[in-house]
Amino acid sequence: MDILEILLTTGFWAATLRIATPLIFGTLGELICERAGVLNLGIEGIMTMGAMAGWMWVYQGGDLWGGVAFAAFIGMMFGLLHSGFTVYLGLSQHVTGIGITLLASSLSYFVFRMLLPDATTPPKIEPFQPYAIPLLSDLPVIGPSVFTQTPMTYLALICVAVIWYGLNRTPVGLAVRMAGENPLAVEAQGIDVLAVRTGAVMVGSALMSVGGAFLTMSAFDAFYFGMVNGRGWICVALVIFASWRPGKALLGALLFAGIDALQVRVQQVSGGAAIPYQFFLMAPYVLSILAMVVMARRAAYPKALLAPFRRGDRA
Amino acid sequence: MRLELRESPPIWLAGMAPILAVGAALVLCAGLIAWTGESVLEAYALLVKGAVGSRFALAETLTRATPLILTGLAAAVAFRAKLWNIGGEGQLYMGALAATWLGTGALDLPAFLLIPVLLIAGALAGGAVLVVPALIKNKLRVDEVVTTLLLNFIILLFVNYLLEGPLKDPMSLGWPQAAPIIDEGLLPKILEKSRLHLGLIIALLAALAIWLVMRFTVWGFEIKAVGLNARGAAFSGINVNGTIIRTALISGGLAGIAGVGEVIGLKGYLTLDLSPGFGYTGIAVAMLAQLHPIGVVVSAFFLAGIYVGADSMGRAVNIPTYLADVLVASSVLCVLVSVMLVRFRIRRG
Repeated sequence: MDILEILLTTGFWAATLRIATPLIFGTLGELICERAGVLNLGIEGIMTMGAMAGWMWVYQGGDLWGGVAFAAFIGMMFGLLHSGFTVYLGLSQHVTGIGITLLASSLSYFVFRMLLPDATTPPKIEPFQPYAIPLLSDLPVIGPSVFTQTPMTYLALICVAVIWYGLNRTPVGLAVRMAGENPLAVEAQGIDVLAVRTGAVMVGSALMSVGGAFLTMSAFDAFYFGMVNGRGWICVALVIFASWRPGKALLGALLFAGIDALQVRVQQVSGGAAIPYQFFLMAPYVLSILAMVVMARRAAYPKALLAPFRRGDRA
Repeated sequence: MRLELRESPPIWLAGMAPILAVGAALVLCAGLIAWTGESVLEAYALLVKGAVGSRFALAETLTRATPLILTGLAAAVAFRAKLWNIGGEGQLYMGALAATWLGTGALDLPAFLLIPVLLIAGALAGGAVLVVPALIKNKLRVDEVVTTLLLNFIILLFVNYLLEGPLKDPMSLGWPQAAPIIDEGLLPKILEKSRLHLGLIIALLAALAIWLVMRFTVWGFEIKAVGLNARGAAFSGINVNGTIIRTALISGGLAGIAGVGEVIGLKGYLTLDLSPGFGYTGIAVAMLAQLHPIGVVVSAFFLAGIYVGADSMGRAVNIPTYLADVLVASSVLCVLVSVMLVRFRIRRG
């Protein structure tokens, strides 16, 4: 079999990192929300919104990093909406999240069509170009793959480290984790549980949105309808696979993207004769379900996940 | 700010809540229409006219409502038991597949036998796909939201494969579509010169049946009890896992029937664009109806009207038809808030 050969090409590793980038952003974003005790099923819609918003910013003449910041801001606003409903009003996180996904994705399509009514072929922007990091990119194999990516991929990797440090080594991170495990303890410290949760959901949603923006501003150069294509839901599965840890989330996203990159290449080698291409395309979704089933026994959910906190309630 | 449970929520408020919520959504979307530069009142007038303004429009709205009633019921029944079935879209296509498999000549039966067989087969196929995530939920505690969602993508790719491969109609001039359903398997039209078919009656009967089951039977009681408090239900001797599986069969079955209806009632053959997201819209239908089976019928007509009306509005004025989706999504969110405000009172301090 040629699989070993594929694993040794730089193209494979470069593709793995590229496919993993939106998943890293999305998984980290969902992870922060859930660590604070809020399931955010708005992720699929927020990623769509981010993909549209970032792209549109650049298409209207803004610069690329401005687009990333704009996408993050819009994501934050949807995070605020989600936490207004689930944290302050205590509504069902499942139902609200699905509502947010419906709203965010339909709004992105509406705005896109509104601003570009006659576009039959999707218009394009000049996306982020790969940036070769000096010295490191001269290394064999990993140089041209890991260290010759677009800046947003580097940003994703930096985010993993920052969020790991933030969650595990700072007082704010402690408050966030406590809000997801034992909100009464947070309250006893004189910290506002609702504010902590809202902040976490907003930051998490900003990350999801940036993950969506990567699709239109880095991986591709245009906004297509249905382009997020379930990546948000895969991120929700990856959070469980990662046992709510940022480092494992990176690992999960890479593993996942690696298998995805592999299937494309195996498909090309086999010429589509033996197995129809649809079965290769199913792989990410089947894998996500398998990952959840395998990890289910060891899944240690944040204890207060899904439980709204009302001040004055007794535990 | 603090929330306080109302001792006895006023009945008029509970009744008005969904209507006020939809009104709020209409006002919010008026902002979007104003942004497009068109007149808000004219746009909404065109929408209403396109939905119910003529015999043709009304028939189209009823045709569109038919699958939405069924997927709405599917979501409503499952959500009552807190079984978060977001897989209606996939279950719908499984039902459509079953009807295609048996209805294109494999079974040679007279119409009065073939049509019920196709409906039952579709229901079984839809139910079977939901039983798998329900079993995984019961045995391994894997959240069914994500599994049912991901199954949608898997099933759609599977249907895509079948339509380009084994099920492809050689007479279809290259389009990926299945062979047509034989005449004995087609549902009769119930209104002349329209696309409205017997599926509407089937959907209405299903709504009535679900209402009766939920209201008057032990099964219905168990479903509601498991949803309200699974631990409490278990203590009082209800078989929680069994109830979840039963709910899954009913819910998936209803979505499957929606798929059968679209194939044997509307299109006559299976294609990949059989459903423009009926499974997902069904969730909105159920949420607007606050999971009440009869309410589902009303909200399915309402949402179908929005979609059909927006299509016709989009042809007349320069407003993207995605307005319909925005309107539906904001209605859902507004209804959630309104229901909350009926149960609780907001107090300062």
